[in-house]
Amino acid sequence: MFNYTFHWNQALKALPQMLDGSLVTLQIALLSMIIGLACAIALTLFRLSGNRILGGFATAWVEIARNTPALFQIYMTHFGLGNFGIHLTPFTALLVGIAFNNAGYLTENFRGALKAIPDTQTRAGRSLGMTSMQAFRLIVLPQMLRVAFLPATNQMVWAVLMTSLGVTVGMNTDLAGVTQELNARSFRTFEFFALAAVIYYVVAKVLTLAARALAWRMFRY
Amino acid sequence: MFSTALTWSDLAFLAQGAAMTLAVTAVSVTAGTVLGILFGMIRVELGPYWSAPLTFALDVFRSVPLLIQLVLGNALQSIMRLGWPPFTTSCVVLSLYTAAYCTEIVRGGISSVPPTTRRAARSLGMTWWQDMRYIVAPLATRVSLPSWIGLTLGVMKDSALVLWLGLIELLRASQILVTRLQEPLFILMICGTVYFIISFPIARIGGYLEKRWSPND
Repeated sequence: MFNYTFHWNQALKALPQMLDGSLVTLQIALLSMIIGLACAIALTLFRLSGNRILGGFATAWVEIARNTPALFQIYMTHFGLGNFGIHLTPFTALLVGIAFNNAGYLTENFRGALKAIPDTQTRAGRSLGMTSMQAFRLIVLPQMLRVAFLPATNQMVWAVLMTSLGVTVGMNTDLAGVTQELNARSFRTFEFFALAAVIYYVVAKVLTLAARALAWRMFRY
Repeated sequence: MFSTALTWSDLAFLAQGAAMTLAVTAVSVTAGTVLGILFGMIRVELGPYWSAPLTFALDVFRSVPLLIQLVLGNALQSIMRLGWPPFTTSCVVLSLYTAAYCTEIVRGGISSVPPTTRRAARSLGMTWWQDMRYIVAPLATRVSLPSWIGLTLGVMKDSALVLWLGLIELLRASQILVTRLQEPLFILMICGTVYFIISFPIARIGGYLEKRWSPND
């Protein structure tokens, strides 16, 4: 059935390079998550503000992020922005694209989480003399983050998986990019990509478990 | 004023790409759903202990990037000398990917049916299959359909990745036009609009069903 000799040694020899690549992958995922979270909180505030222009902007962002492919969004930041004379490196293009996507999905998560927090709490805070910003920051936001934490960790895993799309815009330092370069040199496609798959799997699992441990420590009553 | 080198035949080319996206999605979602229902029922019937190998195998499909899965699937079919065209390879990989997510949805749907209801059905003399067919299926579908619609749209968007195997779907078609016409923003915006037009109404229907069908709300 297999008229093919597997050369796992060659792939294992490249393991240090690939692990370096996975650090870049993690770095992009973390940065995109931080930027995405900041944008998502801003977008949630826009939605709550009652201002039609800000609210419309937030809705447009969320709907575009959720209804077009992530790869399309990365193409947009890489090729599309070139029309305005903005030429991003693959790293920045990938980061911006994933952050945009993350922000959209996280905002939607926050919307669900906000439903779990009764409006009366904001009103109670306000009647205690808090400004609306204080009431949001001190009462609503901590509870919202608590409810949205687990969906957000899913999004983090998604961000790790999405970084692999960078290879389509010429990224060659993250895990998928490094693997593709090695593959182009030796044509041992299956071995290299199987190893990359194992690394991605381990990274995803470690992140999930770490998030669960963190949630257990932080959100225990 | 705005002028573009885009011609009608280029738009037809994009439409062909969109048709390819829809074809890949339709095949993968159909096959993935059938497999997902099967795996979901197996997982529920066997219980968490005996279905652990299946759970692990399906978890791999959800924890490894789809792009890597596609490359691996393509490499594997050439190693095994199956001689599949890219379309078949893409559909097989995407079907398994869909099945992995669909299994979770089906499992959630079946577990949402109260055990007492099922026991009542069995004590009325229904067979296991009748219980599944007339009691579990309608109740589970109500719970699962909104997430299934979300999954279908997700697969439609993820199917853009099959361009890596050389299949000319919507995104790849627009990339080819960008390379030729050098108008990236305009062409990509058309491409994005097409994706949006396909995805947005269906997402809205899913959201409506979720609200309409959520129990005790």
